[in-house]
Amino acid sequence: MTDSTNTGGDVRLSGISKTYGSFTAVHPLDLTIPQGSFFALLGASGCGKTTTLRMIAGLEDPTTGTVHLGDKDVTDLPPYKRPVNTVFQSYALFPHLDIFENIAFGLRRRGIKSVKKQVGDMLDLVQLGDKAGHKPHQLSGGQQQRVAVARALINHPQVLLLDEPLGALDLKLRRQMQLELKRIQTEVGITFVHVTHDQEEAMTMADTVAVMNGGRVEQLGAPADLYENPRTTFVANFLGTSNLIEAEVVETGTDVTVTAGGGKLRLPADRCGADTRPGGKLLVGIRPEKITLAHADDAGAIADGRNRVTGRIVDTSFIGVSTQYVVDSPAGTALQVYEQNIERDSRLAPGAEVVLHWNPAHTFGLDAAQSMLAGTVSDAGVETVEDAA
Amino acid sequence: MTITDIPRAPEAPEAPPAAVRKSPARKRLVPYWLLLPGILWLLVFFALPMVYQASTSVQTGTLEQGFRVTWHFATYWDAFAEYWPQFVRSLVYAGTATALCLLLGYPLAYLIAFKAGRWRNLLLVLVIAPFFTSFLIRTLAWKTILADGGAVVGALDALHVLDVTNWLGWTQGDRVLATPMAVVCGLTYNFLPFMILPLYTSLERIDGRLHEAAKDLYASPATTFRKVTFPLSMPGVVSGTLLTFIPASGDYVNAELLGSTDTKMVGNVIQSQFLRVLDYPTAAALSFILMAIVLIMVTVYIRRAGTEDLV
Repeated sequence: MTDSTNTGGDVRLSGISKTYGSFTAVHPLDLTIPQGSFFALLGASGCGKTTTLRMIAGLEDPTTGTVHLGDKDVTDLPPYKRPVNTVFQSYALFPHLDIFENIAFGLRRRGIKSVKKQVGDMLDLVQLGDKAGHKPHQLSGGQQQRVAVARALINHPQVLLLDEPLGALDLKLRRQMQLELKRIQTEVGITFVHVTHDQEEAMTMADTVAVMNGGRVEQLGAPADLYENPRTTFVANFLGTSNLIEAEVVETGTDVTVTAGGGKLRLPADRCGADTRPGGKLLVGIRPEKITLAHADDAGAIADGRNRVTGRIVDTSFIGVSTQYVVDSPAGTALQVYEQNIERDSRLAPGAEVVLHWNPAHTFGLDAAQSMLAGTVSDAGVETVEDAA
Repeated sequence: MTITDIPRAPEAPEAPPAAVRKSPARKRLVPYWLLLPGILWLLVFFALPMVYQASTSVQTGTLEQGFRVTWHFATYWDAFAEYWPQFVRSLVYAGTATALCLLLGYPLAYLIAFKAGRWRNLLLVLVIAPFFTSFLIRTLAWKTILADGGAVVGALDALHVLDVTNWLGWTQGDRVLATPMAVVCGLTYNFLPFMILPLYTSLERIDGRLHEAAKDLYASPATTFRKVTFPLSMPGVVSGTLLTFIPASGDYVNAELLGSTDTKMVGNVIQSQFLRVLDYPTAAALSFILMAIVLIMVTVYIRRAGTEDLV
């Protein structure tokens, strides 16, 4: 919940960019991060998200553009004069100081003498009250991570920057820390800017996610909005999985009708991020969990008005809560379908002829000029299609 | 090796059982075999000479009649009573040279570790480059550098540095050669690389992100150095000062070549007692006294520096 009436503490990046020699890490970028929000910069490694964060922290000088905190231009301020603190990727705890002194470091540098109470409160907040006298290397990864958060938070920064803070933790601990950080953010109400390459992490924690690719923000929005309405193939593939089918527009109205692999599909016109003149090309997208799978023998029972694609199962994998199917069809190969394991149809085995059907309202359309593979594992997320969007 | 039901690899059963039984014993002996050369070396070149010197130090006699062990411990007291000024001088000169090495070496090591970029290796080679010339020749070169009426002395005189050093008693008149300052200069120069290299090693190991973290937590560059960089380089400071102070306190070449009779260090006394006066017991006793003093000082120093607290 961002408070739009109070913009005094917003982070505003205007035309900010960073180049190293001939390499452009961040293309000129405008971004406003509302005060009190949990904002995530999401992207694969090398997409410029960490550089952007470091420019907010002052650890990197922007090549062009300005950084504002509220109404104050901090572009030329050194990091130690900015009301911003960072939780570093590898925590960067001071190995020669104990946990108490690590957390008190920022307070002492600002000349605050009586730090005992504040440090004690902060240790309690991160549940490390009994570790004050320990050295960082005596703590586990998760505990070190909490110290790093406490060391930054105690200064009540205007903005807390988190650079892949959970990257070094194992999966279970990550999940736990995600909830923990979210709890702390709600409790203290400070703006959090979180850099991560883990889309699930970004979606669970953040109010707003900016998906970055090749030094640009590809799309910005609430997690559910990004997931449901991706505007580029990169976002469609990087956030979860999407089935993208090449299609040609036949008819345009409130719904757009397209043909793909000999069959007709419909999708809402307002979910088309591309030109929808008849004869135009389009990439039709559908999330795997929105699709229902029916055996070809039961095709007659499928309700009218649903999009249908016929195909053959080439692979299945059972993962407990659901089963993943890979289906080849004339419309596209290796279509992914996730079915909840409520009633399992034993006929749905590799080789079976099936019909995929879904509600047309769940279909989205993307510009066909983009690479269908952008943002997938094989693309590794480092390339961008120049004329995307 | 408690898992028994893992099928053996087909090659394994071919091995003769005897060899299998023999290997653990052999394994246990391996460390001792590896230690043997080192232990032999220490025995022959350290332990035996020490015992020999210790026995020499409690002998009495003359060169003509031969020396006999008489447990004459008074030699220690007599030697110290006579040569204590040289002991004091050794420690003061070595201490001053160590402090100067630290002052000169730290900025240089810092520069090489953090600011040199691609020049780093070249600079390190330059630090070690003097070792390609003999220690004696390098020390003799300082005779020319500090020569009376030379450019260095002239410049120091013109800048009135000599007035200050004369007042402090480090130099005499318009001479630098044959004064305490010349000896300390020689010691500083000769032991500087032993200071720089450990300092560089410990500075270079510091994670650059710690500097960023300090800056992020409101520490100015000066505070970052005082609170993060310097404490983390303490292992280098300790080993650098030890590697400089210990050999410098026993050095006699610099005092011999650059100093005068008024700048004799304990090393010069030991050398002349052994090789010119031929009073072996006194020479041996002096050696042990120096060793004891240095050992005590180093122990106190290491305790104080608290290096065991550092990672």
